[in-house]
Amino acid sequence: MREGKQKAVDKNVVIHLHDVAKFYHMGEAVVKAVDGIDIDVKKGDFVAIMGPSGSGKSTTMNLVGSLDTPTHGHIYLDGEDISTLSESDLAQLRGKNIGFIFQQFNLIPTLTVKENVMLPMTLQGYDEFEKERKVIELLRKVELLERADHYPNQISGGQQQRVAIARALANDPEVILADEPTGNLDTQTGEKVMDFLKQLNSDGKTIVMVTHSPELAKEYADVVYWLKDGKIEKVTKRDSKSMKKVGKWKGD
Amino acid sequence: MNYFVFAFRNLKKKGIRSWLTLLGIFIGVLAVVSLITLGNGLKTAVNSQFGAGSTEVISVQAGGLSYGAPGSLVQNPLTFDDADAISKLDTVEFAVGRNIETVTIEYNNALIVGSVYSVPDGYYKKTYEVLDDVEVLNGRLLESGDSGKVYIGYNLADGDANGFGKDIIPGRTILINGKNYEVVGILKKKGSFTYDGTIFMTDNDVEDLSGNKEDVDLISVKVRDKDLIDRAKEQIENLLRQRRDVKVGEEDFEVSTPESTLKTVNSVLGAIQAFVIIIASISILIGAIGIVNTMSTSVLERKKEIGIMKAIGSRNEQIFLQFFVESGFLGLVGGAIGVIFGILIGYAGTLGINSWLGSEIAPSISLWLIFFTLVGSFLIGAIAGIVPAMHAAKQNPVEALRG
Repeated sequence: MREGKQKAVDKNVVIHLHDVAKFYHMGEAVVKAVDGIDIDVKKGDFVAIMGPSGSGKSTTMNLVGSLDTPTHGHIYLDGEDISTLSESDLAQLRGKNIGFIFQQFNLIPTLTVKENVMLPMTLQGYDEFEKERKVIELLRKVELLERADHYPNQISGGQQQRVAIARALANDPEVILADEPTGNLDTQTGEKVMDFLKQLNSDGKTIVMVTHSPELAKEYADVVYWLKDGKIEKVTKRDSKSMKKVGKWKGD
Repeated sequence: MNYFVFAFRNLKKKGIRSWLTLLGIFIGVLAVVSLITLGNGLKTAVNSQFGAGSTEVISVQAGGLSYGAPGSLVQNPLTFDDADAISKLDTVEFAVGRNIETVTIEYNNALIVGSVYSVPDGYYKKTYEVLDDVEVLNGRLLESGDSGKVYIGYNLADGDANGFGKDIIPGRTILINGKNYEVVGILKKKGSFTYDGTIFMTDNDVEDLSGNKEDVDLISVKVRDKDLIDRAKEQIENLLRQRRDVKVGEEDFEVSTPESTLKTVNSVLGAIQAFVIIIASISILIGAIGIVNTMSTSVLERKKEIGIMKAIGSRNEQIFLQFFVESGFLGLVGGAIGVIFGILIGYAGTLGINSWLGSEIAPSISLWLIFFTLVGSFLIGAIAGIVPAMHAAKQNPVEALRG
């Protein structure tokens, strides 16, 4: 386990997957959901993980989000090898460094909009005053301040996803991990959410988006990992930030 | 927002099914709290029924059936001769035979079944003062030669309670087993249904009613000093074994001192309390199992929520604590409702006893009892929630997120 003691050298790399594999045992058979992938998420990047269903996309997302631990290989989150952490410490680190946005929004139904946004801060032990200040700022940012005391089932899907974005930003994490963020939204609302993510990226946030839509990946991401059968088929990078709108891609 | 608010929010959303599982805790706490609140009242009530007035009086009954009606089911009754023999013991001041008869009583065109109690000839004053410890409210008590005259207990005289619908006052005539008797006096309320509902008449009159001149239902023995009471009991037992020709351990009679009577009564009372507490414990145990069940279901239902919590940074301990506190709250709610109804029942019961006995017992509502019951209910709930909460905390985030 020589590698296990290594730290990711590059300070700009927020999440680093090194030769990561995830196998599942289905009776006698071994399902290789992910089989030896390397992913670097650098500070300020907009990364897309692309692939059809069954490509290992979800497993990759869970690994990148440090929700899951690999069968082989190493995952470094903020320079720490997550395999050395206890489940609770990993959760704590995850809560601090990664903000999740899910396809299903995944708000907690028994909590109000405001409380949902506060939750990650509560879990990190923020004091009440700080939480109040921050939650107002975040809800203003996603234009839902007037819905602060509503419950998730009292607002629309698009609004719920904006609450989820506010929640993801609560602890001011390095990375926002968005899993099919527009999957449950109509085109127009989806575009709004994507524009918002783009804006966050422009403001310096690192975004990792998992999607099955090549169009979405190409339109927004700087780096796209193309997954197929649990392996990275190719990595494409945008030439430079200035060419975003033009959409010229290397290796496309 | 903290664990308590969160737990409370989740409880509010629970369906009727979850609340029904609280029935166990509710009934258990209700039983305990009402029993304890009633406690003093119950004890006073029972003791006033069975406890003797004087500490220097021993009762002797045949049959050894301490809880049967006096004189019922007796094969070999006691006699006036037995009473005389007991009187001659050196520890005994006097001993008198008494009879109790079940009779019909008519008054104001209504008929009830009641009982008459004999007042031993020549011991009128001593009966009132020493044996029965009664006082007269209206009229007078019996005197020598008072044939065809009676005095009666308070409840029997009270038109609201006696079943005749009309007060009986001194000077009125009542029909006992079809014969006329003049009521000469009414007793003060004693707080005992035996005394308050009974007619008292002379030995001779009771003998006329029963047609039996030798047997007695009860021998009341006054000892010379209360310190002699145990010795007197022994002497009486020896004497009666001799007279009735029975061996030790095969007595067909019972000699009871006030102390032993109270002991018996209190042990019965204790048994009742123990029984209620056992029922309450079983009920609480069932309640706890119900909470385990509810919380386990809740963990399954909220699997996704647990996944979300973990994804956004919840430590396992935090998940555990959330379900643990919620489970405790579930118990607390059951306990709180139980406490409220328990106090109400205890209070109502005490009022009932007071109006029955004319006593002024206060229900014993203790803040400590309430406090410990509520803390206990919370703990029972929380303990019941430990396993489900551990189950919740151990969920794999990826699987939990899948729901």
